[in-house]
Amino acid sequence: MPGLGASFGRGAATSFQEDMQNADCVLIMGSNMAEAHPVGFRFPMMARERGAQLIHVDPHFSRTSAMCQQYVRIRTGSDIAFLGGLIHYILENDRWFHEYVMAYTNAATIITEQYRDAEDLGGIFAGFNPETRSYDGSREAWQYEGHEGSGGRTQAGHAEKAESFSERTGSLDSATPPTDHSLKNPRCVLNILRRHYARYTPQMVARICGCSKEEFVRVAETVCANSGRERTTCLVYAVGWTQHSVGVQIIRAATIVQLLLGNMGRPGGGIMAMRGHASIQGSTDVPTLYELLPGYIMQPSALRDHGGLADYLKQEEVKTGFMANLPKFLVSLLKAWYGEAATRENDFGYNWIPRIDGNYSHLACTVRMLEGKMRGMFLFGQNPAAGAPNGRANREALKKLKWLVVRDWFEIDTAAFWHKGPENPDPAAIGTEVFFIPAAASAEKDGTFTNTQRLLQWHDKAVDPPEDCRSDTWFVYELGKRLKKLYAHSTRERDQGLLNLTWDYEFDHAERLPDGSISRIHGETDVAKILMEINGYTVADRQQVADFNGLKDDGSTACGCWIYSGVYPEKGRNRARSRKRTPGVYTSPEWGFAWPLNRRMMYNRASADPKGRPWSERKKYLSWDEEEQRWTGPDVPDFEPKKPPSYRPNPDSRGMEAIAGDAPFLMKPDGRGWLFAPMGVKDGPLPTHYEPLESPLGNLLYPDQRNNPTIERYELPVNEYNPPNDEFPVIATNYRLTEHYLSGPMSRFNSWLNELQPGMFIEISPELASEKGIEHGGWMVAWNRRGAIEARAMVTRRIMPLKVHGRTVHQIGMPFHWGFAGETVGAIANDLTSISADPNVSMHEAKAFTVNVRAGRLKGHAEIEPLPPAPWPTREESPETAKSDQPEGQAI
Amino acid sequence: MNEGLVQIATDLRDTWTRPEPPAAQEETGFFTDTTLCIGCKACEVACKQWNQLPADGFNWTGNSYDNTVTLSDTTWRHVAFVEQHDAATDSMRWLMMSDVCKHCQHAPCVEVCPTGALIYNEFGNVYVQQDVCNGCANCVVGCPFGVIARNKADGRAHKCTLCYDRQKDGMVPACAKSCPTESIKFGKVSELREQARQRVEQLHARGETDAYLYGNETWGEYSALNSFFLLKDKPIVYNLPEAPRRPAAHLKRNYLFSFMASVALTAVSALLFSGGERG
Amino acid sequence: MSSNSVDGRLSRDPERAPENQPFSPNSVNKMARIKGATEVASVCPYCAVGCSQLIYVKGGKIVDIEGNPESPINAGTLCPKGANTFQLNVNPHRIKHVMYRAPYSSRWERRSLDWAMDRIAQLTMEAREEGFVEKRDDKVLNHVTNMFSLGGATMDIEENYLIKKLFNGGLGMVPIENQARI
Repeated sequence: MPGLGASFGRGAATSFQEDMQNADCVLIMGSNMAEAHPVGFRFPMMARERGAQLIHVDPHFSRTSAMCQQYVRIRTGSDIAFLGGLIHYILENDRWFHEYVMAYTNAATIITEQYRDAEDLGGIFAGFNPETRSYDGSREAWQYEGHEGSGGRTQAGHAEKAESFSERTGSLDSATPPTDHSLKNPRCVLNILRRHYARYTPQMVARICGCSKEEFVRVAETVCANSGRERTTCLVYAVGWTQHSVGVQIIRAATIVQLLLGNMGRPGGGIMAMRGHASIQGSTDVPTLYELLPGYIMQPSALRDHGGLADYLKQEEVKTGFMANLPKFLVSLLKAWYGEAATRENDFGYNWIPRIDGNYSHLACTVRMLEGKMRGMFLFGQNPAAGAPNGRANREALKKLKWLVVRDWFEIDTAAFWHKGPENPDPAAIGTEVFFIPAAASAEKDGTFTNTQRLLQWHDKAVDPPEDCRSDTWFVYELGKRLKKLYAHSTRERDQGLLNLTWDYEFDHAERLPDGSISRIHGETDVAKILMEINGYTVADRQQVADFNGLKDDGSTACGCWIYSGVYPEKGRNRARSRKRTPGVYTSPEWGFAWPLNRRMMYNRASADPKGRPWSERKKYLSWDEEEQRWTGPDVPDFEPKKPPSYRPNPDSRGMEAIAGDAPFLMKPDGRGWLFAPMGVKDGPLPTHYEPLESPLGNLLYPDQRNNPTIERYELPVNEYNPPNDEFPVIATNYRLTEHYLSGPMSRFNSWLNELQPGMFIEISPELASEKGIEHGGWMVAWNRRGAIEARAMVTRRIMPLKVHGRTVHQIGMPFHWGFAGETVGAIANDLTSISADPNVSMHEAKAFTVNVRAGRLKGHAEIEPLPPAPWPTREESPETAKSDQPEGQAI
Repeated sequence: MNEGLVQIATDLRDTWTRPEPPAAQEETGFFTDTTLCIGCKACEVACKQWNQLPADGFNWTGNSYDNTVTLSDTTWRHVAFVEQHDAATDSMRWLMMSDVCKHCQHAPCVEVCPTGALIYNEFGNVYVQQDVCNGCANCVVGCPFGVIARNKADGRAHKCTLCYDRQKDGMVPACAKSCPTESIKFGKVSELREQARQRVEQLHARGETDAYLYGNETWGEYSALNSFFLLKDKPIVYNLPEAPRRPAAHLKRNYLFSFMASVALTAVSALLFSGGERG
Repeated sequence: MSSNSVDGRLSRDPERAPENQPFSPNSVNKMARIKGATEVASVCPYCAVGCSQLIYVKGGKIVDIEGNPESPINAGTLCPKGANTFQLNVNPHRIKHVMYRAPYSSRWERRSLDWAMDRIAQLTMEAREEGFVEKRDDKVLNHVTNMFSLGGATMDIEENYLIKKLFNGGLGMVPIENQARI
């Protein structure tokens, strides 16, 4: 997440779930943690039982809200106003942690004279180019004084995203930009911050968000009272923050709050990004993403001077801080992919890596599909026909494909799009060739998931997958082998990358299952070999490297994903498979492997004061051991282990030598947490309140700038945006229920979950229901320019109208788990959401959109028959089990 | 072939011999603390998984987030949801409570079972022996909590077993094991009762004075429950009886009433018949 | 208290004492079915909390999946979805063979895995041959943009790694995406 990356250096959750029990206050916003992550919610509950305050700020009173001592209802999409209000409150009431902020953040750094704030320019910052709708001029206008033009690179419109390390950490010519620690200079970051948030008063927060002034002040006071030397507050978010046209900026606002309060890198503090999929963190680290190579290395781009390897490394060079090591990581990646064929002479095969030349993000590709530009599609465990924004557009897009390969367990919505669905498709009119290749379940394969706290955990294969079901490594490996054969005789340069691709993952000996039997699967991959390649090894003698500090830029080492290096430090030692508890150590360092270098809490140097002493006994974690001359504590220091607090760099120091002994954010070129982000985000150096792309309201702060000026819109006949008028006066949001998962492929085929939540519903307030004549339990319709859905009405006070801008505004909420495949079927919430993209990560805005509602049902809508529920129990007795020990239900 | 013979021989032997009952163990039960329940329903699914129970059908009720409605022959843990709105403060409270068989110390279901299918096992839990139950359903009407139900397919009575099979191997029941927030606590009843008392004290000290225990001790005519609850509102709010009735406690009075009634009836009919003779 | 310890022995109301209960043979013999099963450590495939699970295998079949008490994250607990992992695996709705739908056809056909893999490899090659661009406006591209690979967040990192390596590093495909943006 660039929101975290731009402020701290890395884009992942900064701490680990277990540490939340040490919080004195947990502020949950943009997350329905109790419902979406019930087991993770154990830790806030433990904190609560130890006396901590839990606060939930959310449009919808959920099971999370029910567990918190404070619940504040806000309008969906108004989060920056609320967080900006917090920043204002902290600064205005002098509640910021002075010593922490002055030492560890860029509060005192002086910003260029060219900078103009959104407050000066009516809602946009200096450097904006209205033609490209992007901040082309930010490399000058947002920079540190004296660094104009040095750091930010060419802003290439919407093609490139802000997710790579070189992009988000930025680069500076020197790690010691000009500062004024007296804070007299009006261009100091802290003073700019004060001015930027001056109008985010409690009154303004109340007017924009729809909560009361008192509710807001109580939250602000609770958070401030539970931060500082002795106490810490943890902040939790999830897709309730990311799925907005300003998602990255909401998270940036949270980072500013946590930096000002001194909660980063400390026990019970930090920002927990709660991810939604078993390995969504992993699939970003080892990216199946178009603009990244493994380890957040930027995919080479034709829009930058990335012609040869040297050009690329010059363009992306980060002079100071840890990312100065980039050349080692990229060259080692090329060696891992192309093996012996990667030589210094051929730039280590750099030219075989494809260049990006535009936006190929998920939804941009959906639009390309709609335009007929895609021939084929591989789908691995994803369900865009129901799970992606604007479901209808996604289903239409599938019809334009020549072929589609679906890898899944069940006939999910997307696999069935050609014969089933709300539009009642006619198979005779759909030319897509569809393959359903059955997949193995996680219990049927070895492999690693990276969880929400960057923890790599290996799961052992328990049994063979049934019949033709196969793991995805089997599928990709097998496909690779067949393609290599098809191209075997090619001498064309463009095919040499494929032919030289190292591709040897078979078992050396027959695969043995845990019960001692021999696997019947032919050609299954030895997944440990893949993880060993990801870890990295020395080329000459094929020894595993201990960690990324052992990587070189001369071609002598290979490494598939540098941030994971250390997970497999020697043959036979898979740390992701380590399942040991360390008595008395709550960081559990031998349970799995947390990247980077098994650090559980990132930026933990900040848990000690500048001199290396704990801020307080109560919140001690890491400290400098003067005798041993090293950092000690319950975790791997996120710092050079022997760098003393007193270390100071020279102005011309490079790499890690440029990072001072009291600069905890070592990924950043100046080692500081960035309150003000001179680079790394594409829509402003400071978070600013904009209305959602679809909102019935204007922007109270900037009347002339309703939305984020840099949103990428896709105006298509199937993707119209709702106008900001009374046609669609109701604000809608969506969320998860504990009982289901995503768009349903992993829950709607399961009777034990279906009976708990058997159908789609819309939550609506008694006020709106009575206004529209909608009855509790009756049918209702919600519609907008993109679609219409019908669902049961759940009339509840958990959803309430708000007083916003002095008028009453209605909100509705709905789960998004249904579709047309499975044992339970129902309306697709995503048929109402739109395709759009925020400029940093191409995120759409499913958490805030507009609709209108009425009582009744839809006419002419396809009635979809659900699958008959699977017979249960399966009538198969437990093997090798006495009659008396069979499950009790087996008798029924 | 041989297996069939062995089975017949075993069945015959079992018919004529009574197995040695196991030795008494420390009594076990559940303490369900509703102040820690997040309403996730892990207990419902963990129970179905371990016991391989079918779903009860897919019926959207609109009753908050409760769609399994009640304990049944195939739902042995059930999470109730109660949405409360305080108009004065415009604040919401959402109570959640995982209901289960109460494993009464003096259980009416055991008292009314004519076949010996219902027993107190060595852990002091109330258990329906499926190989004995004849499906008479006396227990169904005997239970004041509506816990037991008869299954249409096999005709027998079913309810929570307190994972008897797991306990035999020293394992925690599936629901308690799965509960993410320790709302469901399993253990020795004596320890659970002490823990529960302390919990109430702690909550009262925190100002949550509405917290109290349900079934922690004998009340009215009813015995203590080995599976008891910490609640935050009146029992009726959670669909629990305020004062559960134990049919056996009314036997004497009911017998007396029947006796008096028969005497009265006899007298009346005697009167009528004598009148008839006269006529 | 209805049971208490007297001289180390447990006594109970006669009415409730085991010796006075008509125990059936099944009740007496009862054990947990996972006794003697092979225990395999796994991770829950649903959300990103990362709960450790134990899978019990008997006779080559999964008989039970529950939380791993050793885990510092879940300590043996699971949510309803995690508790449902057994039904996700052992599920009659699972499709266990290749299904193929020809263009404009109204039905699925059953095909062999080998046939399907060959056909997919062929189609991939054809698309790549059609779509490969070496240069545009003198800028090196060496890429293919007419095939789209979607998904990965529910999968292992090793699976993601092979997708990126083959499709991007091998074939030159740029459109490779997953759930991270939705």
